[in-house]
Amino acid sequence: MIRSEILKEIAPILRNELVVCNIGIPSQELHAIDDQPSNFYMLGTMGLASSIGLGLALAQPKPVIVIDGDGSILTNLGTLPTIGNNAPGNYILMIIDNGSYGSTGDQPTYTSQRTDLAAMARAAGCGRVIEVQDKDTGSALEQTLASGEATVLVVKCDSGNAKMPVITMDPVVIRDRFMTAVAS
Amino acid sequence: MTIDKRIADDLAANGVSFVTTVPCKQLAGVIEEIDQRDDIFHIPSNKEDEGMGLCAGAWMGGKRPAIIMQNTAIGVTINTLATLIQYYRMPLPMLISYRGELREPVACQVEMAVHTKALLAQMNIPTYHFHWQRDVEEFDNILKYTFMCNKPVAILTDANFWGGYGDQ
Repeated sequence: MIRSEILKEIAPILRNELVVCNIGIPSQELHAIDDQPSNFYMLGTMGLASSIGLGLALAQPKPVIVIDGDGSILTNLGTLPTIGNNAPGNYILMIIDNGSYGSTGDQPTYTSQRTDLAAMARAAGCGRVIEVQDKDTGSALEQTLASGEATVLVVKCDSGNAKMPVITMDPVVIRDRFMTAVAS
Repeated sequence: MTIDKRIADDLAANGVSFVTTVPCKQLAGVIEEIDQRDDIFHIPSNKEDEGMGLCAGAWMGGKRPAIIMQNTAIGVTINTLATLIQYYRMPLPMLISYRGELREPVACQVEMAVHTKALLAQMNIPTYHFHWQRDVEEFDNILKYTFMCNKPVAILTDANFWGGYGDQ
């Protein structure tokens, strides 16, 4: 499966939760599949989805699901120790690990070679770290939401992107409707 | 009252309850003060752009955030300031140690100091420079201004403000 197929499958789960979605094609795919006010789409700033989600989870009690990528985690590796030492039980970091920089033309990342993000998350102090195959994402995500534990969920899948339109919504609108969803 | 406690008190009085820091010798006292307080949650960052991501999330979650860092961080965070904090219009007080200014003992720090105000001006970031300890009297108003206009705002605090470097 590729990322967009996973997102289609888990959209009914994501719909009811606060979601912080990674820059580029992941946000375009989620926006096209099931746009929700409770989705925060990153339009820029590669690497910070996990950090934005952590700040959000620490600031309020609702579950927060971050949809991140292997390339973005590698860009902001310092995030893993911060998560490992601070993440509250409502924080879920889901790393869609397809071994490539999808938004820039599928250049390979180091996770397609020798680098193991789940092992890095464990070494950084993250307690509940689960690696699953693409088809098992939905059940793993539901179990994680039920567990109430801070979790890093590494989803291994194929490289590839769906053709989706660019998000043209104004960033302040994205942010404002998201904050309304957070506060509701 | 120490300058460190005064700054932390002003943050708390303005409802700032989420502070991330990247350390600096000059900022050690204020970081320690914030770490010990019950009314402010302190989360150290490994890099300043990561810290700005934490602050963005905390603000969307209903908390007033602040970041404490060195001016070298301006070199690290230009993209984050432009495409996250400014683009989504978020407030962010940035208490910055202005390394490389008067009473600085380390020459390399001057190399970023000479770019600091120019970069902040290029980014249209409101910028204040604390040189004398009495300048801290503006801090409360700067915090109110920041959360009024939903912009990143820089407070540059040089070595003279912090009382120099002791025996260095």
